[in-house]
Amino acid sequence: MLLGQSGSGKSTLLSLICGIVLPDSGDVAVIGQKISALRPSARDRFRAETIGLVFQQFNLLPYASVADNILLPLRFAPARRARVDDPLREAARLCRALDLPEAALGQSAGRLSVGQQQRVAVARALIGAPPLIVADEPTSALDAETQTAFLDLLFAQVRAVGASLLMVSHDPRLGARFDRVLQISTIVRPLSRPTS
Amino acid sequence: MILRLAIASLRARALTVGLTILSIALSVTLFLGVEKIRIGAQQSFEGTISGTDLIFGARAGSVQLLLHTVFRIGTPTNNVTWESVQDVAARPEVAWVVPISLGDSHFQFRVMGTTAAFFDRFRYRGTQTLRFASGQAFDDLFDAVIGADVAAELGYQEGQPIVLSHGIASFVAHEDWPFRISGILARTGTPLDRTVIVSLEGLEAIHVDWQGGGRRPGSPTPKAALRAMDLTPQSVTAALVGVESRLHIFQLQRWINGYRQEPLMAILPGVALSELWQIVGLAEIALRAVSAMVVITALFGMTASTFASLNERRREMAIWRANGGSPGTILGLLVLEAVLMGVIASLIGIALVHAVLFAIRPLIDSTFGLWLPIGWPGAQELMIVAVVIGTGALASLLPGWRAYRMSLADGMMVRT
Repeated sequence: MLLGQSGSGKSTLLSLICGIVLPDSGDVAVIGQKISALRPSARDRFRAETIGLVFQQFNLLPYASVADNILLPLRFAPARRARVDDPLREAARLCRALDLPEAALGQSAGRLSVGQQQRVAVARALIGAPPLIVADEPTSALDAETQTAFLDLLFAQVRAVGASLLMVSHDPRLGARFDRVLQISTIVRPLSRPTS
Repeated sequence: MILRLAIASLRARALTVGLTILSIALSVTLFLGVEKIRIGAQQSFEGTISGTDLIFGARAGSVQLLLHTVFRIGTPTNNVTWESVQDVAARPEVAWVVPISLGDSHFQFRVMGTTAAFFDRFRYRGTQTLRFASGQAFDDLFDAVIGADVAAELGYQEGQPIVLSHGIASFVAHEDWPFRISGILARTGTPLDRTVIVSLEGLEAIHVDWQGGGRRPGSPTPKAALRAMDLTPQSVTAALVGVESRLHIFQLQRWINGYRQEPLMAILPGVALSELWQIVGLAEIALRAVSAMVVITALFGMTASTFASLNERRREMAIWRANGGSPGTILGLLVLEAVLMGVIASLIGIALVHAVLFAIRPLIDSTFGLWLPIGWPGAQELMIVAVVIGTGALASLLPGWRAYRMSLADGMMVRT
């Protein structure tokens, strides 16, 4: 887990890890792959294949069905797609595992409650078993009880898939559930811009 | 899947997208409608006379000869002597000759003298033959056949007597020898609708007592005496010619043009009509330009509304990016949406133009004598629609490019 206050650079770090933002200098390596060296299209592909992302909120395309939302990354990740025999059935299985009503699959994602939307986002991150799940404050939009239930489900499923979970939060109480907790302030030093 | 998502995305913005599609659809309807009417008008115009291989008359401009003999517009050309007509008719290439004589009028309508063969030989719109709404062709010296407009505008019935006027727009009438309406032609959509047709002999008969421009003094020749006279005309205005074999048209045309006894000129009606249409048809270019501008305006509207929607769709783009979509995916999505809108709008436009045509076709036919063909969309319409969709897709590259840049800059970090 990555702990830090807002504005401390957590999101920028996540963007770097996901290969959406490139470092001005230095390298970024994810699972042994130097992503800053990849061409843009290869980086997009790499992200689709290896990382399942869950944002704070507004994770889903509101006009698309829940099923289409869950299946979206498979469109860009052939290897993840190949790991799933029947994508629709797998989406349904994930929904069940995440305590979502199966009827929700056909619904418009925009109609779901925030808690349900977050769980759909988790299902999307997990489908095709990418090795890394990145979650950016996934619980901050949820109330306390839902938070716990959500995290229980998240942990159970991440474990079931065998993925690593990198979660960003500003809530130190969650740290007990993680193998490693890093304070962002210990790894990030604010850099004054070179003046010359 | 991308297609399904694009459709879902359009449906989610049903109101703005619907209005955009509607404006494009209406502009496509306008453009296709103009095209349909233009083509219909041209076909109707060029179908004014058909089945006639050559028209010959005294030497004049080909357009003038055509205007005078077919449209009965403009000043009369010189006459052609009866001997010349006979000479042409005697040529081996010639299948038939129908002489026509113009010069008199009946109210605002022109009078045309011809032979009974005219009713068999005349064709319009390809292979359409003349039909009688009532009555039949003339068979008495003083019989007249009138066109549909003449009957409708003057309220004439079969059997009614009418008096022809000497010359055009004159107050001198041939009141001594009224004609009887023997038949009324069904509507053709050609200038024949506005013509009174009599026999050459009848026309000759009413001019027996005339010399030059005036009436000879003395009492009129009685009808019985007229019927006993040889009323073969001295000259006619022009003649329609049919050839035995189309291969001989040019040969005959050359022969007529080189005729020694008097200066003659033969024209191919189809060619002369096309020449004339190029003059008349200038207005069509303006019409097409205006309707094309309307289509472009509608496409601009689509581009503008796509631009306007970009900001509220930043979050959506970030989601695409986070799940592995490249900026190109987002560009493609926007172009795909534009193509979808263009396709839907074009389909609506085609349906609409056909529905409107179907509804107003009888009205246009009876008012303008213009029969607009309704068929499956032809190659040209599909071309137009393809250009509209293609232009829409091209126009969507502008907001698409903007979205591309935005999604590169924003990445996943849009907080909305």
